[in-house]
Amino acid sequence: MTPTSALGIIGRTALGRLAALGRISRFAASAFSHMARPPFYPREFAVALLQVGWLSLPVVALTAIFTGGALALQIYAGGARFNAEAVVPQIVAIGMVRELGPVLVGLMIAARVTSSIAAEIATMKVTEQIDALVTLSTNPMKYLVAPRVLAALLTVPLLVGVGDIIGILGGYVVATETLDFNAAAYLKNTVDFLETRDIVSSLVKGAAFGTIAALMGCYYGMQSGRGAQGVGKATKGSVEAAAILLLAANFVLTGVFFSL
Amino acid sequence: MTQPMIEMRSIQKAFGSNEVLRDVDLAIDKGTSMVIIGGSGTGKSVMLKTILGLIPQDAGKIVVDGKDATAGDHDAFLARFGMLFQGGALFDSLPVWQNVAFRLLRGSLKRPRDEAREVAIEKLRRVGLKSDVADRLPAELSGGMQKRVGLARAIAAEPEIIFFDEPTTGLDPIMAGVINDLIREIVVEMGATAMTITHDMTSVRAIADNVAMLHGGKIRWSGPVSSLDASGDPYVEQFISGSAEGPIEAVR
Repeated sequence: MTPTSALGIIGRTALGRLAALGRISRFAASAFSHMARPPFYPREFAVALLQVGWLSLPVVALTAIFTGGALALQIYAGGARFNAEAVVPQIVAIGMVRELGPVLVGLMIAARVTSSIAAEIATMKVTEQIDALVTLSTNPMKYLVAPRVLAALLTVPLLVGVGDIIGILGGYVVATETLDFNAAAYLKNTVDFLETRDIVSSLVKGAAFGTIAALMGCYYGMQSGRGAQGVGKATKGSVEAAAILLLAANFVLTGVFFSL
Repeated sequence: MTQPMIEMRSIQKAFGSNEVLRDVDLAIDKGTSMVIIGGSGTGKSVMLKTILGLIPQDAGKIVVDGKDATAGDHDAFLARFGMLFQGGALFDSLPVWQNVAFRLLRGSLKRPRDEAREVAIEKLRRVGLKSDVADRLPAELSGGMQKRVGLARAIAAEPEIIFFDEPTTGLDPIMAGVINDLIREIVVEMGATAMTITHDMTSVRAIADNVAMLHGGKIRWSGPVSSLDASGDPYVEQFISGSAEGPIEAVR
């Protein structure tokens, strides 16, 4: 391979990625504009709230409790190396609220919700249900995309909040039951240490991650190719894109909150 | 001379280097039933979808009832159409009656829920389905029943124009006959303009007033169904006889 052809490949790949980013941005702008303009579909929104929010609670709770417990053990073991075991409540709290809560909930939502949205919409596209919606004078962006993205935007911050609390609870149970921490002192240290901006950053990240997860599911579903292979490809692509964008957004948002 | 209900003027559509439609000209008179025949992959469905705006044409003009199909309110334009999709395209998450009454539950044609349900059940009866089907999910129905539900949905809002995309594909001959008869009855009863895509010659003879054959991206022949057998066109003759010998290549 000559240096020129290598540069050509790099250039074409970069242009392809930029074009994809442009298409996704345009899709996102269209989704947001449809959220604000009637007609609205309250039934579809209610179903999306249930699917994205309520039915994700068990997965979020289990992920958070085990992560909080493991985090407490790790911090205790690590802290013991320089006689800082006492910082377990504070570090569990800040670790869960600022970072692990939003990121893990976001990734679980990407796995659970993004994949399900992408597979559902892609199947609808392959079986001409999207075309049928259009012929029935119903805009798929309004009927399928806007309710799901809005539901994720509103419910994922709540899920992150619940995940944060359950994660801290996981650390509390491990610390008080196996590491001999005093229960009241553990809770007091946790509450005293957390600041409002920690909680705000957690919820803002939740809203951003929820939006990314739902948008990627909808975008890849709507762009799906034909047949079972098209549905599979759309589903895989949506989860990959959601996870990568979510981690990139986490880095950017963390930077922003640090600079404030 | 009366103005056609649907007119396609020099419609062209290509997907990459594949030119599917090359200068398609077709006129369908109001209240008549036009059947488009042609081999698989010749662009029959693309033709139908360009009229609805589901696939934009590259060139040419589509005129519906004297007006440019791309001008004006697209929702109002689509409200004049009903469509039966090849696979039914029923919404899996909704019970049968909500599929049928979809248009009546939202948008400009919205009615109270009870009234919409009554209309749905009446339309289901019209296509030979009992009211107990109404609360079932599409996945619980056989292929023939799904086609009938799709037909009920297509006529629920009493459209002026109805499109049927391969209405009998995948059905046994008896069920295909039932669907053909239903389509003919409904089109006559409603006075609607119909356009059907099929390669089933039994359907053609049962449904059509007029027939057009699409081949090589153009309308190869068109005329009344009564003159189909005496078309004198070798492509049409080969198609209706189902012979592998003739100008249409068997391997495409």
